[in-house]
Amino acid sequence: MLEVKDLNVTYGRVRAVKGITFTVEQGQVVTLVGTNGAGKTTTLKTISGLLRPESGEIWFEGKRIDSVPAHEVVGRGLAHSPEGRRIFPRLTVEDNLRLGAFARKDKAGVAKDLRRVFDLFEILQERRAQPAGTFSGGEQQMLAIGRAMMSRPKLLMLDEPSMGLSPLMMQRIMSTITELKSEGVTILLVEQNAQAALSLADFGYVLEVGKIVLQDSGKNLLVDEAVRKAYLGED
Amino acid sequence: MITLPTLVTPELQQRHGSRGRIIALFGGVLLIIAPFLPWAYSARALDDMTFLVDPSPLQYLGLVLGAIIVAFLVLQQVLKPAPRRPRTACVPGARAGATGALIYVVLILVSISVELGGAVNVMYGGWVALVATLLAFVGTRLMPTGRPPTLAAATAPAPLEVLAIAGLMAAALFAAAYALDQDDAGIFVSFLAFVGAVVAVMIRSGVMGWLSAVSQRHKKVLILAAFLVAFMFPFTQDGSDANMSIATQVIIFAATAMGLNIVVGLAGLLDLGYIAFLGAGAFVAAILSESAFSTINWHPPFIVVVLISGTVAAALGLIIGSPTLRVSGDYLAIVTLAFGEIFRISMNNLDGEDGPDLTNGSNGIPAIPELNFFGFDFGIRHELIGVPLGRFSNYYFLLLLVIGLIILVFTRLNNSRIGRGWVAIREDERAAEAMGVNVFGLKLFAFAGGAFLAGVAGSIKAHQDVSVTPDQYVFLESAFLLAAIVLGGMGTVLGVLIGATLLKLMPEKLRFVSEYRLLIFGLVLVLMMRFRPEGLVANQRRQLEFHEEDEELADRISDEIAETGTVKGAT
Repeated sequence: MLEVKDLNVTYGRVRAVKGITFTVEQGQVVTLVGTNGAGKTTTLKTISGLLRPESGEIWFEGKRIDSVPAHEVVGRGLAHSPEGRRIFPRLTVEDNLRLGAFARKDKAGVAKDLRRVFDLFEILQERRAQPAGTFSGGEQQMLAIGRAMMSRPKLLMLDEPSMGLSPLMMQRIMSTITELKSEGVTILLVEQNAQAALSLADFGYVLEVGKIVLQDSGKNLLVDEAVRKAYLGED
Repeated sequence: MITLPTLVTPELQQRHGSRGRIIALFGGVLLIIAPFLPWAYSARALDDMTFLVDPSPLQYLGLVLGAIIVAFLVLQQVLKPAPRRPRTACVPGARAGATGALIYVVLILVSISVELGGAVNVMYGGWVALVATLLAFVGTRLMPTGRPPTLAAATAPAPLEVLAIAGLMAAALFAAAYALDQDDAGIFVSFLAFVGAVVAVMIRSGVMGWLSAVSQRHKKVLILAAFLVAFMFPFTQDGSDANMSIATQVIIFAATAMGLNIVVGLAGLLDLGYIAFLGAGAFVAAILSESAFSTINWHPPFIVVVLISGTVAAALGLIIGSPTLRVSGDYLAIVTLAFGEIFRISMNNLDGEDGPDLTNGSNGIPAIPELNFFGFDFGIRHELIGVPLGRFSNYYFLLLLVIGLIILVFTRLNNSRIGRGWVAIREDERAAEAMGVNVFGLKLFAFAGGAFLAGVAGSIKAHQDVSVTPDQYVFLESAFLLAAIVLGGMGTVLGVLIGATLLKLMPEKLRFVSEYRLLIFGLVLVLMMRFRPEGLVANQRRQLEFHEEDEELADRISDEIAETGTVKGAT
């Protein structure tokens, strides 16, 4: 479904992503794990068109998208829930969600998806008329995921959904991702929390300073010695 | 942050509430009596307040304020709180009335003193009025505030509600006509204070909440009524052009501010050179007009000129916007600021010496002929149903059409998909982009669209002003436009109309402050930013209004529990 080939991205003079190649298949949850500055967020931003690659190719559903502007990428079925959530704090929950469906024009479908998001996150329904900035971190994250889902994406890209959340809230978010997966949503998940991400991913890539150093199924990576040492805090 | 010390505590109000009521009632009644006494020693001050038993119009307004205070105090006793009955906030209403009356009377006394040279010229009636308002002020402040009003939830039969809107509009028309008629600065300021007092009373007591709920229900009636009132205004002037010339200036200013409101209020782009687009439209219209000083020998019909003016302005907008709108907001402010100056200087230089002769340099293009639509000459006096309408009235009607169009464009855009995109851009540009909002495209559209509307307004302004010169389009004008928007309330129609009207009307009516007007505007803006940063009219988003209604709902329910001990089922 998504194919990234030999992607290079530079920020000014710094090369953040150095020739990475990976794929996401339909219905899979694929995760990119790695420490700060490994190039995970840069990769997502480049896929969604917010950054332009220096070289390399990005293919989505058989079409090349690495020079498509960001606002058109969404229309093709790629949703990006950005790092730090980036919800609209002064807008209500419902306004936030409706903006998630900005690229769509089918009103009935949007209404249906709104109900679906409300079913998934009941708290959002309860507070649909409340400004989103008054929410806790976990609630904002639910909103961010819900908002990304409002574009009815074929591929959902989540950037650090567990950032800054309590362990309990993090579990809640992770179980939501599992739920989405069981519904057949394809997910590209970027996480620093390798344990959580790898345990629910079909396939994982480990990034280090812009390069993929390991790739395997989530299960295998979880028990890989090098991964355990570097990311799961074990000696 | 500046916090005002609380002199009157709730405990104090509990203890002295009934005493406060008596004091306030006494003050209110005294204020009703005071107008029948003479306030000034000379008839030259204000509108002649020298008579016993024969109040002047301004004194009658004082009486009205007194009556409002008394009415609310009586209402408070008469209206027994009942479950489900919409609540009027009587004490806050009386309090606002008393504060307004105090300011009103003080302004009148100051005006008398200034106009006659000293406070000795205030006669005993004036002092009685001052004491009355002071008593009312202190008395109402001693009373407990009570619960917030729930009048907004009240409904009346539809004809009655429509009648209320009609009454409001008629009052607005009358107030505008009366205010414009006053040449005396003291009368004008005092009258403005009276209007402010009445508005404050309506807001505090909840009547305004009811009126705005009613106008939400009958939106079409309201809009129609507002335009009818604006349309009627020239008929109240009896063919005189003095006030109509001010009114046309106000309306051009308001139309331009409304165009800028799309750029600033909706799309959130800080444009400091907007006046240049108005100027571009005016110059295009002047150059293409049949003026003897026009530099191009092609004179298409005016409707074509309007479109060309708008297009030229929009093209300028695209040229300025496309490189700068890609970068963050601050740069746009700087570039537009520079653009405004570049425009003015270019118009000065296109005089045939430094460049092609297009604008006659600083002389500009004078003697622009009057508009003429199908034989209807805008320059001469016409008569309609027996009422003479002068030159400025003709332009006024045309401009009314234009501002109506701009408001229509504004509200349509605001409620559209594009409007939602602008909201997202204003809140968080990067996130908006990730949602699929074409950030650059929508910004450019707002910028060029706003420029187009300014260009259209400018083309009419050229004919109305008769001459177009570069020095009419200076940075200060852009700053005033922006001030009107900030003062009135960014992103609102009503607020910007009020802001623009106040900003244009004040210097016309208060000639004596014209030298200090920048100082005063600056001061007012600073105070606004401190005490009401959202502007006179706040831009509440629909959903947030729902939310507030929910709170009121919760309030009503808790009322019921308190008063009946049970919650009635959903009946």
